[in-house]
Amino acid sequence: MTDLTQELPVALEPPPPATSGLLGWLRANLFSSVLNSILTVLAVAFLAVTIPPLVRWSLIDAVWTAPNSRACRGAGACWAFIHEKLRFIFFGTFPYEEQWRPLLVIVIFIAMIMASCDRRLWGRRLALVWFGGLVAVGILMWGGVLGLTYVGGELWGGLPLTLILSTVGMAFAFPLAILLALGRRSRLPAVRMICVAYIELIRGVPLITVLFMASVMLPLFLPTGVTIDKLLRAQAALILFAAAYLAEIVRGGLQAIPKGQIEAADALGLGYWRQTRLIVLPQALAMVIPPLVNTFIGTFKDTTLVLIIGLFDFLGAIIASLNDANWRGTSVEGYVFAAAIFFCFCFFMSRYSQMLEREFNKGRGR
Amino acid sequence: MTEAPIIELRGVDKWFGQFHVLRNINLEVERGERVVVCGPSGSGKSTMIRCINRLEEHQRGQIIVAGIELTSDMKNIEAVRREVGMVFQQFNLFPHLTVLENLTLAPIWVRKAPKKEAEETARLYLERVRIPEQADKYPGQLSGGQQQRVAIARSLCMKPEIMLFDEPTSALDPEMIKEVLDVMIELAEEGMTMVCVTHEMGFARTVADTMVFMDRGEIVERGPPKEFFANPKSDRTKLFLSQILAH
Repeated sequence: MTDLTQELPVALEPPPPATSGLLGWLRANLFSSVLNSILTVLAVAFLAVTIPPLVRWSLIDAVWTAPNSRACRGAGACWAFIHEKLRFIFFGTFPYEEQWRPLLVIVIFIAMIMASCDRRLWGRRLALVWFGGLVAVGILMWGGVLGLTYVGGELWGGLPLTLILSTVGMAFAFPLAILLALGRRSRLPAVRMICVAYIELIRGVPLITVLFMASVMLPLFLPTGVTIDKLLRAQAALILFAAAYLAEIVRGGLQAIPKGQIEAADALGLGYWRQTRLIVLPQALAMVIPPLVNTFIGTFKDTTLVLIIGLFDFLGAIIASLNDANWRGTSVEGYVFAAAIFFCFCFFMSRYSQMLEREFNKGRGR
Repeated sequence: MTEAPIIELRGVDKWFGQFHVLRNINLEVERGERVVVCGPSGSGKSTMIRCINRLEEHQRGQIIVAGIELTSDMKNIEAVRREVGMVFQQFNLFPHLTVLENLTLAPIWVRKAPKKEAEETARLYLERVRIPEQADKYPGQLSGGQQQRVAIARSLCMKPEIMLFDEPTSALDPEMIKEVLDVMIELAEEGMTMVCVTHEMGFARTVADTMVFMDRGEIVERGPPKEFFANPKSDRTKLFLSQILAH
């Protein structure tokens, strides 16, 4: 009764020749029907027309060094602009001699994100690493201790600002979202009402409004003499905004859990919080990975809106560089560069989510 | 000296909205007694046994399990649930955990058993339900009969005093029913207190000390299986038995 498949005498034949190998692949994927053949030809023609000029503009004819934009009036891209402004784009108005500090911050962030990719490392120790890492980021950016000169939040900018706002934003918004989603399904009417009101209110207004209120209106309500750093206010606004969206996604996952799961957990004597942590959330969150990552990517790009309250994130720093009289007419290069960097981060998140999905569904017969 | 019944329902009533689903239910189960509950669908059998571990709330009367009265006090409810195992029609295994993790979860988190000890116990019970080799698989990789046996083992790992079975074989293919019933018969022979809702009359004849017949929310008739099957008193019981034993 152990393994029936091994005992069955099955003759294994190779597949027919036309269905495997390069020829088979071409036939199956590109020329399986008349319509597909036409589409294949059209797609190849489109690529043949667009790729060469693009390569010529961005690489062959591109100008890599020049003193100003007039000096690189060629047919190609003026990457000299990016080259010239690189440090401002990456580090914003952070004091020039201290820019090794935000550089180190970028390295720390990327290292921590990479370390978090391996699911086997998830646990208390990784949480400690993140806590320590964020403390280190705070010390490096603000300074004022360990012989580092103090740098106020208003001078921060560039990529570290984008990374801090988005990573810290997601790290705090996610647990808040889980609490909101659980609260919205609570049996206690007061808890439920507060959560519904919060989610509907925040979702109903544009992020720009929330940022503006945090930046301009909030100080009006604070007692005189009390000030909160503008950066912290922007960070709080991003957290509150992302949490409302994430909460609805998490709620979708919670609703997909069959009632029998809760009943089985009840019958075993697991209390509400243990059920939630051990039975409900692991299944609910695994189910909603695609929309969760969708919102995370959205949040990452939403951080660029802090520009409107006068913070220069990565994109903001590029836009500010474009105002330089020496570099008129280089906006295409600026935005292409911004797009490329943003794409790298977002594409990474998307690939990572696909890997997670595969891992969560492994061996579950799904 | 007679011991107090381990399960006692006194004048229990329950409504789903306007629908009177349980009417004045009185039932006592002694320690070690095997009770089989049968009746047409919608008669309140499942609702009744789900009241015993408070998966459903009764609205009138008293339910006392292992000396603890079920009220809205969460402490009492959790105390009762620790002593009462339940097996469901749809198995309700946790699909994101392996078989072994399914079995050790409650002992570790509720009974505070050390992980190693919980795993040893779990493997012991897997052996007893005759699937020790499936410990590291996920529930989705098992057949229905295997899943239900895992579910039984999961309940047993909590070392309950009472086992409730809510139509444990109704979702199974015919060839898998026997493997589950065999495990249940073994359990009965070891002296476990059991309350089973089932249509398996052969099983009822083999293990039951008491048969309970329910219809329209009431307990219509009860008695030892010999008498119950040979000469039922109520017309409703006769009708039900003639339908279920006809083929």
